[in-house]
Amino acid sequence: MKARDLGELAVRNLREALLRNSLTTLGVAVGVASLVAMLSLGVGLQRFTNSRLASSGLFNAVFVAPRNRFRMFGRPMEAAVATPRPLDEQARQAIAQLPGVVGAYPQIRFVTELSYKNIPYSTVVAGLPASDRNDGAFDGMQGRFFSGPAANEVILQIRFARELSKNPASLLGKELVLRYAARAALGAKTVASDAGQETPSETERGPNSSAQGFSIVARQKDLRIVGIVQSEPESGFGGFHDTPVYIPLQMAETLRATQVSDLREVLQGPGNAKQYASLTVRVKNSAGVENVEARIKNMGFAAFSLYDTSRNLQLLFALLDLLLGIFGGLALAVATLGIVNTLVMAILERRREIGVLKALGAADADVKQLFFAEAGVMGLVGGVFGVALGWFIGRMLTWGTNFYLHRQNLPWVDVSAVPWWLVCGAIVFAVGVSLAAGIYPAARAAKLNPVEALRYE
Amino acid sequence: MTTANDGQAIRTESVSRHFLMGKTLIRAVDEVTIEVRRGEFLALLGSSGSGKSTLLNLLAGLDRPTSGSVLVEGRDLATMSSLELARYRSHTVGMVFQAFNLLPRMTLEENVELPLRLAEVDRAERADRVREALARVLLAKRAGHRPSELSGGEQQRAALARALVNRPTILLADEPTGNLDSATGEEIMELLGEFNRSPGMTIVMVTHERALAERFANRIAVVADGKLASNGDGL
Repeated sequence: MKARDLGELAVRNLREALLRNSLTTLGVAVGVASLVAMLSLGVGLQRFTNSRLASSGLFNAVFVAPRNRFRMFGRPMEAAVATPRPLDEQARQAIAQLPGVVGAYPQIRFVTELSYKNIPYSTVVAGLPASDRNDGAFDGMQGRFFSGPAANEVILQIRFARELSKNPASLLGKELVLRYAARAALGAKTVASDAGQETPSETERGPNSSAQGFSIVARQKDLRIVGIVQSEPESGFGGFHDTPVYIPLQMAETLRATQVSDLREVLQGPGNAKQYASLTVRVKNSAGVENVEARIKNMGFAAFSLYDTSRNLQLLFALLDLLLGIFGGLALAVATLGIVNTLVMAILERRREIGVLKALGAADADVKQLFFAEAGVMGLVGGVFGVALGWFIGRMLTWGTNFYLHRQNLPWVDVSAVPWWLVCGAIVFAVGVSLAAGIYPAARAAKLNPVEALRYE
Repeated sequence: MTTANDGQAIRTESVSRHFLMGKTLIRAVDEVTIEVRRGEFLALLGSSGSGKSTLLNLLAGLDRPTSGSVLVEGRDLATMSSLELARYRSHTVGMVFQAFNLLPRMTLEENVELPLRLAEVDRAERADRVREALARVLLAKRAGHRPSELSGGEQQRAALARALVNRPTILLADEPTGNLDSATGEEIMELLGEFNRSPGMTIVMVTHERALAERFANRIAVVADGKLASNGDGL
């Protein structure tokens, strides 16, 4: 029999026992819905986690340091070399030019004092690169991002903003004063006398060396509050965790604020050019991290990323999806028993009809295909309705979750997502499972002896 | 070996169909040898349980013989595969039953179209063939009705249209008047007679009504206890 005839007869047969077939199809729909809802939850949580991890800057960043200096877990990451390549401005530019690299930034983070309405607050300030503007962490922020890379502007973390004012939104546009300890250049002589130690002669250390030491002077700068951010922006390694105040990175560099790494620079010895203790290299996406990390290592630096950790996370989510899929699939498995039951019942009821079909020239294969088609139609209709129902359940979960989050003053989170592959996959799976459920009834119907079937009352 | 050129439509050679009921062997058809010529109207007469319907099922390819052979148009049904038998039922023979066996959920039109679907006849051709078949049995105006909306005679006429629609050369009728009153039964027999005359179909009809058989059939073969009591030659 031709496929179109087969489909028409199958639909006609299904319409005849409408209630029973509808209930069976509903069973398939509920099974598919449960599968889709579970997997949409897995996909949604994975997307949410990925976006949060991406905005944390941990998984699309490479941490770079000169060799010999970079230690992880108490051990050097690279074999020590006698003269490690300096991580200077030239190296920074070279790294920034690597394919897939968005930017290479020094980490500027220092303890300071902020004064708002003449009340001082001791806090930590960090420099944010301009490329962080597109970071997911700034989605839904109050106010705006910095107007320029060197603007005298500041973005506050919501918790710190609440310390400054009960109404954080009212802080936007207000001024505050940043007091900080700035480095000032120091001559070799001063270092010797201040330190009270034997120091090498100026010719040995080189002229104008900032690494000979420095003095610290108090400075202050007026900054305008332009934004208040809810979540933690890009942190990179060593991170900005619990950093309440952000300023533009380029402006932060010009401040020459004293950092912990400055002390290490003094001890490291002479050098004419400014050297970075470390750089955070932002990569366009996490997939490019491995390549960038390898290239930086080839350039003679120590590099570290959480690429492997990211891969492990993907594995973890794959396992989570699998488990959710299995639980969701259980309902579908029960639904397939419904299909088997319905079709076996149909064979009993339509025994005589099968006999007539065979008498009129239907081959065993025609009868088999007819029952297969009926199972397939139930699977297809159940699959389509199931996907719609699963999507709806997913939306309900999202709405329910966000209703709760909203009451907790937390931002909107899409906990479920139904991508196209899930829609198509679920329908194909439903049809496949339904066809599998139809194997036994179809084979049984095809094997019916036509003479006995025609005698059946 | 008999061939189609001999003018024989059907020939059985010592055909038997035995069933085992518990430990008892039932010889429903036992060593029957019979010939049906092309264009002949043969009535298989016998009482209930005589084995005449079993013999008809063997001729229809719905059942396989325990032994012997059934040659139709020169081909032995006993050696055919299941698929070949299905094609044979689809193209060579048409069947009508005592209980009409129309599918109750379908209209007459759809019932008559069913063999054409199974034979994979083109959609464009089907409508004409269905109309033609229904017109032949005077049911053109009832095409959209369901079997339950028709009288017994009309249902049997519809079943005849369904048996004819694939233009078979042989019509096998199993007690076609068994569920009908005598007047309606006669109408059906008239139709069968017409089909026998034009387009010259070979008809094998199982019946237990001798009067009807004598009136319409060319020949009457009597079956009793699974055996051919008389093959009716010389009637």
